[in-house]
Amino acid sequence: MGGADVLSREPIGTTQAARDADADSAGQDEAIRVTDLHKSFGTLEVLKGVSLTAQKGDVVAIIGGSGSGKSTFLRCINFLETPSAGQIIVNGEEIRMRQDGSPVDRRQIERIRTRLGMVFQAFNLWTHRTLLENVIEVPVYVLKVPRDEAIKLARRLLERVGLGDKADTFPAFLSGGQQQRAAIARALAVEPSVMLFDEPTSALDPELVGEVLTVIRDLAAEGRTMLLVTHEMKFAREVATHVVYLFEGRIEEQGPPEQLFGSPQSARLQQFLQTVG
Amino acid sequence: MGAARSAVSEKSGPMNAFRALMQPHRIVMLALLLGAVIWCAVALRWDWIPEYAPLALEGLWRTIWILVVTCVLGFLLAIPLGLAQAIGPWYLSAPARIFCTVIRGTPLLLQIWLLYYGLGSLFPQIPWIRSSELWPYLRQAWPYAVLALTLSYAGYEGEVMRGAFGSVNKGQLEAANAFGMPRFTMFRRIWLPQAIRNVLPTLGGETILQLKATPLVATITVVEIYAVSSRVRSDTFIVYEPLILLAVFYMIIAGIIALLFRRFEDRVPG
Repeated sequence: MGGADVLSREPIGTTQAARDADADSAGQDEAIRVTDLHKSFGTLEVLKGVSLTAQKGDVVAIIGGSGSGKSTFLRCINFLETPSAGQIIVNGEEIRMRQDGSPVDRRQIERIRTRLGMVFQAFNLWTHRTLLENVIEVPVYVLKVPRDEAIKLARRLLERVGLGDKADTFPAFLSGGQQQRAAIARALAVEPSVMLFDEPTSALDPELVGEVLTVIRDLAAEGRTMLLVTHEMKFAREVATHVVYLFEGRIEEQGPPEQLFGSPQSARLQQFLQTVG
Repeated sequence: MGAARSAVSEKSGPMNAFRALMQPHRIVMLALLLGAVIWCAVALRWDWIPEYAPLALEGLWRTIWILVVTCVLGFLLAIPLGLAQAIGPWYLSAPARIFCTVIRGTPLLLQIWLLYYGLGSLFPQIPWIRSSELWPYLRQAWPYAVLALTLSYAGYEGEVMRGAFGSVNKGQLEAANAFGMPRFTMFRRIWLPQAIRNVLPTLGGETILQLKATPLVATITVVEIYAVSSRVRSDTFIVYEPLILLAVFYMIIAGIIALLFRRFEDRVPG
């Protein structure tokens, strides 16, 4: 049962038809389409043919046990990991790959990455720059937005994630929750078409998880397209429009959250949901 | 006394700093220092100073500019040397490693002499160099001094930067990658500043070492501050006084270097 079962998923386009009303082709509403993605580290095959389509406005939660390949899958989408095989289309643009999966054109990757706002488990804020400098870094030095414009936007975003008064603070002086919120502001500053969250709350103390989830929940509510790798099942159930359960590099089960969490079909998912509570 | 100490820890004004000094063991140390200074002033000969002051100032200035120029140029060289060793292909990393090994493995004095007596005596035999615009400089000693000290600093710091580039947290670079930052931008904006930040304390120490290596250029007739003190000694047969003053000068410069690096470090938390 290689890629056959994972290809069966129908696009979930019902939620977001309105945004690009004048789009003439169906593909126009697709934010991300991944087809039959494989990834091996040496002889270890981590992804064994994963396919996934996210329409604009979708919030796709990717869940699964440790080692199921969920983070690797997310990191393949912006080529932080080089896939071994498969096809990735972002906003209708196919990433050109060689036979072995390596990118043909680094500039294409760079261009596509600027539209994918990534939030890391370990925040990865640039420690030698203040929060404001972190947020304007990519707009100013990559997207060439005028500096004062970028600063205005950055202040608005920091305000929005509740860090308006910390703009001139270095990351080292902030709590994990504050750092992660700043990292979200940094990702928002590139006006991303898709946001990629790689276990955004896994490195946080329990009492700090809530503040980060609140920010992500707001983003979901305003119709942002998001791919979210997470261990927070309750949260996934609440915000996701679609949930994907990965098991050993394959999609074991997927569907709307009520269905996946309410009446899981596969025995593995049932067991997984029991163990993570 | 216990009260004085806790007052200091609470707030640090000039008054508190003064009070902190006013403890028995510190008063004794201060008295000893003062005594030494007074003894030096009274018992030693300083009458040569007015005569040699202009030369000393000139020498001091020469020491400082040689230090600054060689550190800046040397560091600019150290960046590619470190980068080549950290991530370069073998045809770049091998020469860089050999360069650093040779520089670090031979005495600086030898390097200075090899350049000055080697290159310096080779150049006059080449007609087009003799007739070139650079000749008026190349026949002087300081270009060889600057070259030798620059290469030396580059060799040591190239090794430091190799480690520095490797020490930058991978997540920092990954974040830059994830946002589509082009490679050179990433190097300039993220990798290099973080690498330098990580080794600032080391660089501060190396710069002070470089300061203390500058007297070696006196051996090829560059008149910096150490050469001036030698001149005083050979002219007047006064031995200790110029050396004591020389030590004070070096300590002041070293203190300023340490202070500057401290300020750099404080500006960005590690």
